[in-house]
Amino acid sequence: MIQNTREADKKPASSTAAGGWIPGQFLIALVGLVVVLALLWLGFIYLKGSKTASLLNAVIAIAWGVGGIAALFFSANYLIEALPHKTRNAVRPFLFFLPGVGILFLFLTIPTLITFYQSFFNRDSTSFVGLDNYIATFTDRSMLESFRNNLIWLFFGTGFCVGLGLLIAVLADRSKFETLAKAIIFMPMAISLVGASVIWKFMYAYAPADQPQIGVQNAILQAFGVEPQSWLTLQPWNNMFLILVLVWGSTGFAMVLFSAALKGVPGDLIEASRVDGATEFQAFFAIVIPYIQGTILTVTTTTAIGTLKIFDQVWVMTGGQYGTSVVGTEFYRQFFTNGNFGYGSAIAIVLFIAISPVLIYNLRQLRKQEGF
Amino acid sequence: MSAMTKAQTAGTKGNKLINGILVNGILGFLCLLWLIPTLGLLVSSLRERADIATSGWWTVFPHQEYLSSSQVQLIAGLPLDQLITVEGQTLTDDQLRAGYKLPDGRKVIWINRRARTVDVQTQQWTAKANFTLVNYQNVLIGQSYTFTQADGSTKTEQGQDMSTAFINSLTVAIPATIIPILLAAFAAYAFAWMRFPGRKLLFTMVVGLLVVPSQVALIPLLRAFSPGGLDIGGTFLSLWLVHTGFGLSLATYLLYNYISGLPREILESAFIDGATPFTIFLQLILPLSVPALASFAIFQFMWVWNDYLNALIFLGSTPESQVVTVKLASMIGSRGQDWHLLTAGGFISMILPLAVFFALQRFFVRGLLAGSVKG
Repeated sequence: MIQNTREADKKPASSTAAGGWIPGQFLIALVGLVVVLALLWLGFIYLKGSKTASLLNAVIAIAWGVGGIAALFFSANYLIEALPHKTRNAVRPFLFFLPGVGILFLFLTIPTLITFYQSFFNRDSTSFVGLDNYIATFTDRSMLESFRNNLIWLFFGTGFCVGLGLLIAVLADRSKFETLAKAIIFMPMAISLVGASVIWKFMYAYAPADQPQIGVQNAILQAFGVEPQSWLTLQPWNNMFLILVLVWGSTGFAMVLFSAALKGVPGDLIEASRVDGATEFQAFFAIVIPYIQGTILTVTTTTAIGTLKIFDQVWVMTGGQYGTSVVGTEFYRQFFTNGNFGYGSAIAIVLFIAISPVLIYNLRQLRKQEGF
Repeated sequence: MSAMTKAQTAGTKGNKLINGILVNGILGFLCLLWLIPTLGLLVSSLRERADIATSGWWTVFPHQEYLSSSQVQLIAGLPLDQLITVEGQTLTDDQLRAGYKLPDGRKVIWINRRARTVDVQTQQWTAKANFTLVNYQNVLIGQSYTFTQADGSTKTEQGQDMSTAFINSLTVAIPATIIPILLAAFAAYAFAWMRFPGRKLLFTMVVGLLVVPSQVALIPLLRAFSPGGLDIGGTFLSLWLVHTGFGLSLATYLLYNYISGLPREILESAFIDGATPFTIFLQLILPLSVPALASFAIFQFMWVWNDYLNALIFLGSTPESQVVTVKLASMIGSRGQDWHLLTAGGFISMILPLAVFFALQRFFVRGLLAGSVKG
């Protein structure tokens, strides 16, 4: 491939004397690039000043962002194509990967390092405090409660999502209504966690016993003559009721992945086991489960990461009160409500460390991949 | 021999039928459980304010309920601490307060205890199917509206201005979807088909950043955007940049997987024809990658539209700049019992992603299958 590129490039090179160096185009391209950059800068100043939302501003913003980047690529490429061949080939990859990788670097890599550094400093990053923030993270009562709750989320949230997802995938695989059923279970994936919070707050709505109940759960209790409950303040069970929102929302994700994996299990393998006298359940646990274990691992880790990072529905439904705080809400509270950057950074780093085994696993998988 | 086979087939057929009923029964039950919450929201958003507050949304479906059929006026000033005779039945005050079922199925209950009026109710089929779009009007336009309270008096309340939030969400989501795709496609092409120093290391970084929680980057970014730094705090620009940064690693990884799998013969013949890498990228790679681009675009659009934390931190919750998720969350906080506004607002917040989902489900699922590495 690479060999061919060079050969193709060599042909015009030998015909033009200066090795492809085109000063005229270079000059035009340079002017073009400067103009594009100037326009982008003007747009930046304009957008910086306008904080009101109007349709016009939205359209300008979209044109600026999308068109600006396209124009930047075009003019920069025009410039590169005017360079001498050797330089051109050396510079070209940078045009392609540098904008993307550069933004990744600026918006994730560098900030992560800064957060790590700041986690050793006090609330406004003015004096070094050593490990104090980390000690506080593992001794504060509110943080310990958050760790406990995150473990509950990790265990039950992941367990229910993976278990139910697998069950529904297997059932749907054998049903005539597969497409419909999968669409219904999957639909909540399109709904934001805030939207899901509204939906479930309404499900959990509470009214005193002598009044009509408008929440489904309490109406069911009332129908059986049981006292209605204020579900979201009912400690410690309210954590489970919050987890239910996640299960409702994320089981579809697990189901879709399992469903795709089940389609890949060779039918004759199961057939052969049946001939050997294996029951449905034996075939499932001895053949299907080992066959899709890669998918089970992926789904479990993805859902587990989601439960560790959980923030939206806890913040919206209970605000982390009534014993429902999690690491995500504690981070937000320390960072925004208390303005303690050092402590907030330490919590973020702890979250990062909790997730890092998955990161290491991903990198190991990458090393096995061809070409890297 | 043949009889035995027949019996066996009959047995399996019977088993199959039972299996089918069992499978579809459990599946149907689960689907119903999954549908009820969304259905409740949708139905409620179409009901009158007073109806939502006083009866469950399921009462819009036909059901049996005790409804007033006649009233009995007792003697004024009748002592309540003694037994009271109504419709030939001797009852206590407490029984009349809770409602008492007569042997013939009718029910007696105080309707006005002070005036000693008893309501006689019979069980009837009914459905409270009074639908209206007024909640949507009140939650979208933001003007104040008047309604009649239970005691007959009227009250005026401020509506919500969700249409602005909707436009804001669009303003955030469209560039925050297209910009990372553009950048990622270029980068993926470079990683897949070009050789340059640091390629391995940089791609390792891309993959490593896939699962990094955004929380670790929030504090430094917010500081960099503050007046002392770039001074773009609270602008759409800041949120686009953030979403671009957070979405890029997944976009690059997905597109790399796709672009590196394209047949090399096509690219080679283009090179021999003298095309530059840039034209090859525009005229070959991009058109060929449309399925992957579409999958990621939908994935990212949903992600950005439904995002709450980043929008809250970088755009804030001022009425002019807040997006639908932030708006909805603030409504839960400030008007948590106004279910007529919350249900309609909730549905407005999910209408676009649901439409995208139902229209482009296949692409979305494909993106999800490929992108399941992201945390």
